[in-house]
Amino acid sequence: MTDALPLLVVVPIVFALAPIAVGRVRESAGWLAAVAATFVHLGLSVSVLATVLTAGRTSYAVGGYPPPFGIELVADGVSAVLVVLVSVVTLATVVYARSVGPRSNTFYSELLILTAGISGVVVTGDLFNLYVFLEITGLATYALVATGRSPAAALASLKYLLVGTIGASLYLLGVGYLYISTGSLNMADLAGLLPELGYDSPLVLTGFALIVVGLSVKTALFPLHTWQPDAYAESPDSVTAYISALVSTAAAYALFRVIYAVFTPAFDAAVPAALDVLVVLASVSVVVGSVLAVLQSDLKRMLAYSSVAQFGLVVAGFAVVNGTATLGGLVHLVGHGVMKAGLFVAVGALATVAGGRTIDDFAGMADRAPVVSAAFATLAFALVGVPPAVGFAGKWHIVLGAVEAGRWIVAGVAVVSTLLTLAYFARVVERLYFRDAPAAPDVADHPDAAAAADADAALTADGSGTTAEAEAAADSIDAGPPTVSTQARLVVVAAAVAAVVLGVFATDLISIFEPVVEVSFQ
Amino acid sequence: MIDLLVTHYNYLVVVVLIGIGLYGVTASPNLVKKIIGLNIFQVGIFLFFVTSGYVDGAAPPLLGHGSGPYASPLPHVLILTAIVVGVSLTAVALALVVRIYDAYGTLDEDAIEEVRTHD
Repeated sequence: MTDALPLLVVVPIVFALAPIAVGRVRESAGWLAAVAATFVHLGLSVSVLATVLTAGRTSYAVGGYPPPFGIELVADGVSAVLVVLVSVVTLATVVYARSVGPRSNTFYSELLILTAGISGVVVTGDLFNLYVFLEITGLATYALVATGRSPAAALASLKYLLVGTIGASLYLLGVGYLYISTGSLNMADLAGLLPELGYDSPLVLTGFALIVVGLSVKTALFPLHTWQPDAYAESPDSVTAYISALVSTAAAYALFRVIYAVFTPAFDAAVPAALDVLVVLASVSVVVGSVLAVLQSDLKRMLAYSSVAQFGLVVAGFAVVNGTATLGGLVHLVGHGVMKAGLFVAVGALATVAGGRTIDDFAGMADRAPVVSAAFATLAFALVGVPPAVGFAGKWHIVLGAVEAGRWIVAGVAVVSTLLTLAYFARVVERLYFRDAPAAPDVADHPDAAAAADADAALTADGSGTTAEAEAAADSIDAGPPTVSTQARLVVVAAAVAAVVLGVFATDLISIFEPVVEVSFQ
Repeated sequence: MIDLLVTHYNYLVVVVLIGIGLYGVTASPNLVKKIIGLNIFQVGIFLFFVTSGYVDGAAPPLLGHGSGPYASPLPHVLILTAIVVGVSLTAVALALVVRIYDAYGTLDEDAIEEVRTHD
């Protein structure tokens, strides 16, 4: 069943036409087409995972050209788990978008193109092909960020486009250096050719630096993260959930591939300074990202800066070059995707009910939206790293590996980040559960409701008069305060359950990743 | 030094183009000029690939087109793909600029920032 590999990319691209095509016949059919595409994609990725679990690493030569010359698609434990994550998050987003929008059929098409791009990044075994998929991912993301109706969304998207394109171009330049020095673009082939050339060759070192900087821009490591908070904050909720779970994840995964499949730990042994720099960059990212998150009052921005910190931790896990820390980084990569998507959906849902998304708007929300609040608290503590959730499993292995490798800076930074993560989530949870909602929550925020209250008062005062106005106002009250949609509730609870279940079965997850990491350490 | 200029002038052009491009993106407050800068930056990288695939006096690797040395066509093909990516990026960027201009009535980044802080 190696044919399932190319289909992971082909199916979403071909299906991307479907929502627009069937939407011309019947507007509402577009959503069904998108759901059908995601189910096919889910089936394919599960079958790939099943193949990998029984038969190990499988590969597919695109166009029938054998690997070092043609493009190779590769599925191993890590990429198979990530495609399943891509499918599941896509399905959740399509379901969630049904309730919060954007409901247009072009949105579903863009989402499917993005799915194809990310699947491509995950399964490709060729450096230039990786560039193309990164740019497909980028293009679809820019378009999705701009689906927010406000002009600020267009501005955030353009900023993202400028920074993201420079990042991808630097990556391409780095690939050019490696290609010129070795004549190959295949990852497995390069791993054999680079030691022959010498890891300390200036061409190889420059190539490595350019590739790492390029991918760090896409991963949003400090100080290359500047595009990320705006892009996350201005996107529609469903888009934020999707891109926070997968887009930076794909770039961090690409970084993992470059460090372990192309350069291999032997490179670290030959040129320790190269990855030392990355360790420092990632550690700074963890601390600064966490501190900036603590300073935010807009919750979407807070979660965005939290991603800067968490990806710093993931990349630090990779850059330590220790088997345990790498496995921890991978577990945290998958876990962060699930938890952050769930948190963004929860914030979106709570903000609809609360009428705003600053921390103070969320006071006493646990009474008005108990299920989502509970799920939010679960996910928040999971990200902090409370066992048995998946956040704990990832961080634990990163710290353990860092200590094994004698990188005390990473171990220390991981502990500091845990405290800061607790600091910015605890104040939200505290407001959700232990603050009373403002006495008359609607009066201050909604002029309509205030008018209704006035009208009521007028009615009781003189018993007649502004009846029509009162009725109109009463109607707007009967429409009721906005509630959490069933879809949102479903997605948030599923994410919370997944975060805990993944944590409980973290050892199984690690045993799937282990062969992949072990191979590169031999 | 002169020798380097004569034999490697194409690589120097790459460096100059990348520099101009990056300067354009970062220094100009005008959004369209930023996009032009981005294009120049990318063209520099394209030229880097294309020039690396150039072999003086080489023949295309086709049967019946003279004897070696042969030039590898792969860098050119790669860049053909990268050019397509660049064109789509420019299209998306310009579409966004149209929306931004509709909303703010200016393309000047500083002016837009001023409008936004006053809101």
